[in-house]
Amino acid sequence: MEVKIENLKKQFGQVIGVKDLDLNVRDGEFVALLGPSGCGKTTTLLMLAGIYKPTDGTIRFGDRVVNQVQPRDRNIGMVFQSYALYPHMTVFGNISYPLKLKKVPKQEQMERVERVANTMGIGGLLDRRPGQLSGGQQQRVALGRALVKEPDILLFDEPLSNLDARLRLTMRSEIKQLQNRLGITAIYVTHDQVEAMTMADRIAVMNQGVLQAFDTPEDLYDRPKTLFVAGFVGNPPMNFADVSVMAEHGGFTARNESIRLQVPAERGQKAAAAGKVRMGIRPEDIHVVDEGDAVTAEVVIVEPLGRDAMLDVRFGSDQFLVLADPQKHIRAGDQVKLHFDMDSVQFFDLQSERSLLWN
Amino acid sequence: MTQPTTTLDDQFTAAESRTRRSRKKSLSSNMAAYGFLAPAGFLVITFFLVPVVIIFYLSMTNLSTSNFTTDLSAMQFVGLENFRILFNDQFAAKIFFNTVFYVLVTLSLFNVTLALIVSLLSTHIERRAGFAFRAIWILPRITAATVYIMLWRRLAVEAPYGIINQVNTLLGQTTYNYLDARPWEFVIVVNGFIGVSFGMIIFTSAIESIPKDLLNASLVDGSTILQRIRYVILPLLRWPLLFVVTYQTLSLLTSFEQILLLTDGGPGLYATEVWSLTAYHRALSNYFGNAQWGYGSAFAVVLVIIGVVLAVIYMRVFRFNELVAEPKIEVL
Ligand SMILES: Nc1ncnc2c1ncn2[C@@H]1O[C@H](COP(=O)(O)OP(=O)(O)O)[C@@H](O)[C@H]1O
Ligand SMILES: [Mg+2]
Repeated sequence: MEVKIENLKKQFGQVIGVKDLDLNVRDGEFVALLGPSGCGKTTTLLMLAGIYKPTDGTIRFGDRVVNQVQPRDRNIGMVFQSYALYPHMTVFGNISYPLKLKKVPKQEQMERVERVANTMGIGGLLDRRPGQLSGGQQQRVALGRALVKEPDILLFDEPLSNLDARLRLTMRSEIKQLQNRLGITAIYVTHDQVEAMTMADRIAVMNQGVLQAFDTPEDLYDRPKTLFVAGFVGNPPMNFADVSVMAEHGGFTARNESIRLQVPAERGQKAAAAGKVRMGIRPEDIHVVDEGDAVTAEVVIVEPLGRDAMLDVRFGSDQFLVLADPQKHIRAGDQVKLHFDMDSVQFFDLQSERSLLWN
Repeated sequence: MTQPTTTLDDQFTAAESRTRRSRKKSLSSNMAAYGFLAPAGFLVITFFLVPVVIIFYLSMTNLSTSNFTTDLSAMQFVGLENFRILFNDQFAAKIFFNTVFYVLVTLSLFNVTLALIVSLLSTHIERRAGFAFRAIWILPRITAATVYIMLWRRLAVEAPYGIINQVNTLLGQTTYNYLDARPWEFVIVVNGFIGVSFGMIIFTSAIESIPKDLLNASLVDGSTILQRIRYVILPLLRWPLLFVVTYQTLSLLTSFEQILLLTDGGPGLYATEVWSLTAYHRALSNYFGNAQWGYGSAFAVVLVIIGVVLAVIYMRVFRFNELVAEPKIEVL
């Protein structure tokens, strides 16, 4: 089922929850709504579910405008962060509840609940109550309840936030596979970018009720359209420094008082005319080298991450995060030489905060 | 009352067996615990235990106006004589069944059902409107009993004072004294309106503490608002319901001041007389100033026994101790 959101707005008194949201979700697509806490993700989802009525704008499922349609007539399944299982019902009662409300015959209810429960690997738990289940099992029950009525659209509101890290990893791929196999359109709210990047076909990045970008994970990462997206996507986050890009000696240079870096022509060209711009470069594109045309920096903090050591380095007035080989045994206070791999450098306009490369 | 004491004691015992240091500590915190219990303990002892002991004693004497005011030595210990008289009293059965009727009907119609309806309604409308709606239902509870009853009497009595009868007169209908014609209806409604607020407050807070996600989930799963009440909200109100039933049964059993002021147990012989009112009438307000303190105490003793037995049964049947969660604060 296609979902078309146009100009969607939700206001709670004076508080703006969602502002002029436009979003088209294709049939069978897995879309993640990504953004920091309080940016309006849940509000958007609850409007799709029919719990909140939009203040303005339209929501279409396929060609049908659903603004005024009751939740029960929308044929959606929803999974909540808190699982929202009915504590007084057994697992069977929970999963069969949507079917009972649809007046599906008892026999068919049993069959369908059993089928879904077996898919979710909770077939043996049907007599238990939610209170007797682990977090992961509760999450599967919640998923089973959302799936049992064979919804057109699946809505997820941070479904994995309450699980431990290992379980989150398994559930992530399980949900993705399930959605893929069933081909149900899914809208998945999360504040965890790794979740969004790994699961979604496309990611809608929101901030303060406003849509910042709607792109594939690759585009968001490699071709961020705004400064917010560049800074929000990626962990550790992108480094920024204010520079001027000049055409010099047939090439382009980005420079400020402490750095002077060669910029590839196709990127430098677009940034050259703009005066002072904000340059962005990811930690993994900066390398600690022993010699060469390098920037010398002082290490302020070293954080061992296992595979890498994350260095907090300072040069001039700029402070960058850099990933280094832990075998080099770099310590705080050391001087290091840095090589900037400028092939994926980003430039943003300081006023509009939009990319100079991708708009 | 005894529940927290035992729990604390258990913990102290456990703590004591651990180390000497913690024994010293637990002794002093034991004192602190009793210190905290002292004010409540004082109230219970002074205003419940001591009076109960006194009426148990009085119920076995023939103390009454005739021998108290003139000749105290005439008061005698008469054993269970008052109870023998009570069980042979030709009106005792009627009063007993009056009480059962009054408690059951008021409890089921008002203290539980109407309270539930008011809290469900007021939590399904706009928040402030719901709040105002509930505030209105608290008025009968916080109005002084005499004022409240005067309002009702003013409604019910004969023309030209009674408001209902003024309307009747205008419509050309015959007029009644409603308190004579329909005493039970008035007794139950008058008490019921007072009784709604307690359940209403308990149920409302229970409904509002149901997680929003759970309520939203039910709508997404396909329920209507009414189905959600039936399948999700009501089952989650089980404990508050049982608590209100228990508490209000006991509360209704002992309440009599509104009936006293409204019908005084009448009209006629004991039409709306309930047990607690009889205890009051016999002991403190008998005809010609003939107060039978001993005999009235016997009525009160029966009521205390019924109350305690009911409380124990309710606690057992509803397993109230499961409701009392283990204290989360570690006692050092
Ligand atoms: N029912 C509500 N009443 C008032 N304000 C709300 C309500 N729901 C959400 N908001 C506000 O709307 C904004 C977006 O909230 P929400 O959608 O829950 O954010 P997210 O799910 O992205 O963390 C927040 O500022 C929040 O305080
Ligand atoms: Mg949220």
